[in-house]
Amino acid sequence: MAHRVFPKEELLLKGHAACPGCGATVLLRHVLKALGPKTYMVIPASCSSVIAGPYPKTAFSVPLLHIAFAASAAAASGMVEALEKLGRRDVNVVVWAGDGGTVDIGLQALSGAAERGHNIIYICYDNEAYMNTGIQKSGSTPPKAWTTTTPTGNPGFKKDLPSIMAAHRIPYVATLNPAYPNDILYKVRKAASIRGLKYLHALSPCPPGWRYDSRLTVKIARLAVETGVWVLYEVDHGVFRLTGPSKHLVDKSRRKPVVEYLKLQGRFRHLSEEDVEEIQRMVDENWERISEILKDQEKRGV
Amino acid sequence: MKKVLTGNYAAAYAVRAAEPDVISAYPITPQTPIIEKLSEFVDSGELDARFVRVESEHSAMAAVIGASSVGARTYTATSSQGLFYMYEVCWWAAGARLPIVMGVVTRALGPPWSIWSEHTDFYAMRDSGWVMYFADSAQEVYDLTLQAYMVAEHPDVLLPTMVGWDAFEVSHTYEPVELVPLDRVRRLLPEKGVRENVLRDEEPASLGNLAYPDDYIKIRYGLRRAMEAARRVARDAGAKFGEAAGRDYSSPLECVHCGDSDVLFVTMGSITGEGVEAVRRLREKGESVGLARIRLYRPFPYEDVGELLESAKGVIVVNRASRFGGYAALSADVMAAAAARGVAPGMLEVVAGVGGVDVRMEDFIGMYERFRAGARGSMWWIGGR
Ligand SMILES: Cc1ncc(C[n+]2csc(CCOP(=O)(O)OP(=O)(O)O)c2C)c(N)n1
Ligand code: SF4
Ligand SMILES: [Mg+2]
Repeated sequence: MAHRVFPKEELLLKGHAACPGCGATVLLRHVLKALGPKTYMVIPASCSSVIAGPYPKTAFSVPLLHIAFAASAAAASGMVEALEKLGRRDVNVVVWAGDGGTVDIGLQALSGAAERGHNIIYICYDNEAYMNTGIQKSGSTPPKAWTTTTPTGNPGFKKDLPSIMAAHRIPYVATLNPAYPNDILYKVRKAASIRGLKYLHALSPCPPGWRYDSRLTVKIARLAVETGVWVLYEVDHGVFRLTGPSKHLVDKSRRKPVVEYLKLQGRFRHLSEEDVEEIQRMVDENWERISEILKDQEKRGV
Repeated sequence: MKKVLTGNYAAAYAVRAAEPDVISAYPITPQTPIIEKLSEFVDSGELDARFVRVESEHSAMAAVIGASSVGARTYTATSSQGLFYMYEVCWWAAGARLPIVMGVVTRALGPPWSIWSEHTDFYAMRDSGWVMYFADSAQEVYDLTLQAYMVAEHPDVLLPTMVGWDAFEVSHTYEPVELVPLDRVRRLLPEKGVRENVLRDEEPASLGNLAYPDDYIKIRYGLRRAMEAARRVARDAGAKFGEAAGRDYSSPLECVHCGDSDVLFVTMGSITGEGVEAVRRLREKGESVGLARIRLYRPFPYEDVGELLESAKGVIVVNRASRFGGYAALSADVMAAAAARGVAPGMLEVVAGVGGVDVRMEDFIGMYERFRAGARGSMWWIGGR
């Protein structure tokens, strides 16, 4: 992929209140650069409510509405309708929400906003647990992962929210990863150019929550892609396409074993060899599903 | 111009005249006809507003919060379960100082399911930071909905404002309603698009950032000051409205033989009519009795009520709200008004009309007789047939 030129302007200011090595702030910085200053943010209860910094200061140099946990997509719906009614069609309205605020408590509002088709970019930064309240399991926590409410490992699966959003037949769904800023820039700009509700789902490594040293954030994010645990793709008006390094990973032999990703994180420390094998199997099955989608699209000449 | 309207349609006509930019609401009996009528107005082009057809009340309030945060004039309406479902975000609207206007058609809460009137839902909002009116007729629904915008958007107030009215007895009952011509409404209501507390990309700011205790208390104190200012602003708005429309609302309450009676009924909402009839009959028999109906419930008119109680020996507060384990909100407010004034009338609180039970003239007379016989404290009036 061609190297893309990022604007120099920083819209996430220094002095924000995130932990060192926070994946969410890496994502935020690039997302805001991609969108520029004419961007209205809506943020529900989450780590990002804290990252914004305490009153009367703010770490965001774009307008920002904080809102109750379940309410972000609805607040953005009203906001974008108001801005359009008041003659402002030249701005972005962006929800920036955690995984809990998206796949769990905020899902009803998100589904409604998607069905209604408001012109919103909804971004979920997925640190795979409720981090703000101290690492509790969410519907986006991966199977077997330790959290404070799954002390022996998560018995459930991870909700596949991008697929659920694609099933709403919205115009654009894509995944992001902080180790691939070019891919972020491309997808966020593309999302901004399409009318309707666009859903972006970003992996967001979290040193205290995932139990790793803060200097490993980008390495872990990259390993998530290289092992195939995190797939970079977009669904553009219903057409599925792998992007970035994920394009070359349909062939299993090109993927690193998942253990390389798992072993760097304390939240997976308790896993047995069988557990790791099971996770490997789940990842491989997901890739088989992707391969089927691609073959099916090819057959249909898409 | 006069039109025969239900309370709910009167609300819709007032909203049409207020020309909001964004409306968002979710159906619930008995509120639904408001949003159906507003949908017609929007679809026919009579009202140039965006209607956000949300998937829940929580989202309805959130949507008007989002809209109001960028400067739009907004409206929503709900009842009962719907109000409780949006409860969290109602408090958000007040804390964020957004001048949203909401209609609340009061309805009992389940279980058991009931669609009939009771004010429990309304009272649950009393500490939320909303300015709260209660109307007793379709005309008042219309008039107070317009005044709600005058108060909410006043720069000294900037608080969400709600108007409550009773299910069916007002919401679905047709009455002649005098409408205010649009040009006059435009002159009465604040100018659109000049509000200061608005998010703008030209001047980025954050609304609702985490505040440490020393800042939080100051921000909340600002809300209290705004609520205190609303007393004066509501009075002024009521007087101005009176000049323009010929119906004066400068008092937060309506009085029938208030100042010169030994015993005073205090009521709210549509049961008042029967209370007034009871007062008339009782006075014919030589009883010294009057009635005060609260119209502006928050900020509560403590001074006005305290003044009335100075000359009264007793007060019968009729609450249309189930309350358990404590005095009902209205009684507590009335007695606080008396105490703050340094007077101590004997008090009988009557919980009546719960879940839509009719409260008739005979019931009011019965309450009065009980009071005369020495009943004090709290009682439920089961009434009915
Ligand atoms: C209605 C409600 N329930 C619970 C909370 C407490 N709460 C605040 S943030 C949070 C977790 C947020 O998790 P997520 O959305 O994943 O964001 P993260 O903190 O991980 O960035 C919770 C449970 C709340 N603020 N509101
Ligand atoms: S807990 Fe995790 S997501 Fe939250 S600020 Fe710290 S690193 Fe970021
Ligand atoms: Mg999270």
